[in-house]
Amino acid sequence: MASVKFDNSTRVYPGGTTPAVDQLDLEIADGEFLVLVGPSGCGKSTSLRMLAGLEEVNDGAIYIGDRDVTDVAPKDRDIAMVFQNYALYPHMSVAENMGFALKIAGVAKEERAERVLEAAKLLDLEDYLSRKPKALSGGQRQRVAMGRAIVRKPQVFLMDEPLSNLDAKLRVQTRTQIASLQKRLGVTTVYVTHDQVEAMTMGDRVAVLKDGLLQQVASPRELYDRPANVFVAGFIGSPAMNLMQLPIVEGGVQFGDVVLPVGRDVLDKASGPKVTVGIRPEKFEVSEHGLPATIDLVEELGSDGFLYGRSQMEGADVNLIIRTDPHDHPLAGDQIHLRSTAEEVHIFDTESGERLN
Amino acid sequence: MTNLKFLTATAEPALLDLPWQLPLEDWPEDRIAALPKGISRHTVRFVKLDDHVIAIKETLFDLAKREYEMLRELEKLEVPCVEPFAIVSNRETENGEELPAVLITRHLKYSLPYRAMWSQGIKEQTAKRLVDALALLLVRLHLIGFFWGDVSLSNTLFRRDAGAFAAYLVDAETGQLYESRLSNGQRANDLEIARVNIAGELMDLVASGKAQDVDPVAISQRIVDKYNTLWAELTEVQSFSGEERFRIAQRVRRLNELGFDIEEMRMESVAGGAELKIQPKVVDAGHHQRRLIRLTGLDVEENQARRLLNQIDEFALRVDGAQDEEMIAHQWLSQVFEPVVNAVPRKLRGKLENAELFHEVLDHQWRLANEQKRDIELLEAVQSYVDEVLVNRRDESAYLGTTTEMITLPNPIPSGEVVVDEEDGDWRDFV
Ligand SMILES: Nc1ncnc2c1ncn2[C@@H]1O[C@H](COP(=O)(O)OP(=O)(O)OP(=O)(O)O)[C@@H](O)[C@H]1O
Ligand SMILES: Nc1ncnc2c1ncn2[C@@H]1O[C@H](COP(=O)(O)OP(=O)(O)OP(=O)(O)O)[C@@H](O)[C@H]1O
Ligand SMILES: [Mg+2]
Ligand SMILES: [Mg+2]
Repeated sequence: MASVKFDNSTRVYPGGTTPAVDQLDLEIADGEFLVLVGPSGCGKSTSLRMLAGLEEVNDGAIYIGDRDVTDVAPKDRDIAMVFQNYALYPHMSVAENMGFALKIAGVAKEERAERVLEAAKLLDLEDYLSRKPKALSGGQRQRVAMGRAIVRKPQVFLMDEPLSNLDAKLRVQTRTQIASLQKRLGVTTVYVTHDQVEAMTMGDRVAVLKDGLLQQVASPRELYDRPANVFVAGFIGSPAMNLMQLPIVEGGVQFGDVVLPVGRDVLDKASGPKVTVGIRPEKFEVSEHGLPATIDLVEELGSDGFLYGRSQMEGADVNLIIRTDPHDHPLAGDQIHLRSTAEEVHIFDTESGERLN
Repeated sequence: MTNLKFLTATAEPALLDLPWQLPLEDWPEDRIAALPKGISRHTVRFVKLDDHVIAIKETLFDLAKREYEMLRELEKLEVPCVEPFAIVSNRETENGEELPAVLITRHLKYSLPYRAMWSQGIKEQTAKRLVDALALLLVRLHLIGFFWGDVSLSNTLFRRDAGAFAAYLVDAETGQLYESRLSNGQRANDLEIARVNIAGELMDLVASGKAQDVDPVAISQRIVDKYNTLWAELTEVQSFSGEERFRIAQRVRRLNELGFDIEEMRMESVAGGAELKIQPKVVDAGHHQRRLIRLTGLDVEENQARRLLNQIDEFALRVDGAQDEEMIAHQWLSQVFEPVVNAVPRKLRGKLENAELFHEVLDHQWRLANEQKRDIELLEAVQSYVDEVLVNRRDESAYLGTTTEMITLPNPIPSGEVVVDEEDGDWRDFV
């Protein structure tokens, strides 16, 4: 097992004007489950392919453990791309299906048996080793396919949207399976997804990319609680954080007919007369005073309810989402006032987008 | 009832009459053409539609759409692959349960999946030829910037090609087309995938008892060697002294012999002309195919074309040499090729493609001449070939053989079945 390090790694595609991945600096600890997430085209697949050796690194380097693998062929990197389309061979036993790649690699029979057994134990397939794949359930077959990657004992597992082919139900199931298997195996894993929910539920840490640039890398909790900039604030969390540009006043920012208290030290860092204030949907509360808003739509989802409304700010409508009690809430068309219940709201510089508090 | 959705380039009304409300597994047998196929995770079945056969694969709509579009792109780029035909989505059972979308491709006529080759007791030599054909296909795909991601014998179809095979891509699900050239890492990755898959597929054949005398590891290594040799021939920079300009023509000829035309060659003169460097930049497969089409209109596989062109060249020596190539080719077509094809009774003609039939007749003629130690006329050879060989051959336009097994993984569509039966023996013997 090993750590992984992107050391200022850059990839510019031929004919491309801007780098697809721009000076990526990222260290992944031994045994860690790191998720790369971001919108389409942000460079997450390119980053993973650079690590896999499928994409040339134009600048910087990539390390697996202490080894500089920047110019090493994919098959010599000791990595495994999991969930490629693994076929199961009908006439071969489960053991054979899991171990045949070792046979090709010239691994001795005894060691093959040992590694297959070890993987089978992890995958709950011990009792099925001499069976044919036909005699297995769908889930067991899937695990045999995973076993094929595990017996190779790679230093790092790489997964690029491995769940994108699954329907919603199976996706949630498999997500949990992968995460728990990774924990048991303890193999460093880099996982790519565009789905922030998937990222937040699976990763030990999550790296958010945009336009080839690393925005923030942190634990899911930290990303949620302290997004480093407006982009991360808006990208992480569903429904998304409410973002409003509000004027700086004495003692804080003007929030309708009240002042939202923000420390002077924070506001002093702002580059303009306004700051961008971020408030998560669950940190709003309907109140007598505060930000005036009109409710357009109410959504009741059993345990949760959401109000979709808008507020006039300098002549323009700003859309807002408020989490509410599903049984006791204002109705569509109501005029309300909103207050923040957060001890501290998120404050970003309106120009740079960087977090100020 | 919901509205079925059809996406198709050739709107064939017969498509509407298929039992879309049934899971593909449950379609009535009289609809199904029992053709052999490779290993797959999805349910794939062949269905007769009017006068042709289609292959239907149940999958998720997004995947079907992606693969459909990918196959269309590949078609436009003129690489050998199956022809996409339609996508059907919004399927529902009579009780309103959702059914997966399907991708439909045209069944590739005269093609055989590798597993069908073994039911005829085929040997190491066949395995090698299959791998050679796949190596060539992979090179062609890489040249146009296609990363396959799932190279295997199962994902390839093979057509006979004058003693060799021509390979066609059948499964483009994992493929990726890049505008820029593929990186060496991507190519190496595809090759590694190919090597492991081929070894696995051959080990499975050995385990099934269908192929005893093949060495899966050695044959799977062969794709790497074949591919690398071919790739180097097609792309390598070659430098030589300025005196040796004949080497340019030599390189062109060598590529022609391999079946490629050079569309663009980079030439550089170094050290004031003392040294020359050349590198093919754009190459195009189908050298012999194109020449044969131009001369005769016959559209056949590359090796078949090579063989027919040799025949035309020989024919030219026998007739008046003053005529131009086209004239001679036309005479050959009407005086040699067509009489041979027409000498085959109509009901036997569909068993093999015409060009392959002609190739086999030539081989047969050669064999007869050797046995009987005399010259054999081509028409005499045809008669003997029809009576002794062709009548006993199975029909290969859509070969109705034993259907090969399919293993369905729950990726992407889960299968509910759980059958557990006991197997004898210690698994340790099987690894
Ligand atoms: N082979 C290529 N040649 C040229 N440009 C490319 C190539 N592959 C990706 N790009 C470009 O590089 C950028 C990053 O692409 P990449 O595939 O890494 O993004 P991604 O975050 O994985 O997106 P997605 O979620 O859509 O897969 C995009 O602008 C993309 O168009
Ligand atoms: N158009 C066609 N003509 C002839 N045979 C076909 C055609 N389409 C599919 N087949 C046969 O069906 C088999 C399975 O098809 P395909 O590889 O597309 O399925 P799959 O489930 O996507 O496979 P995989 O498990 O590799 O992803 C092929 O190996 C081939 O033998
Ligand atoms: Mg396939
Ligand atoms: Mg497939």
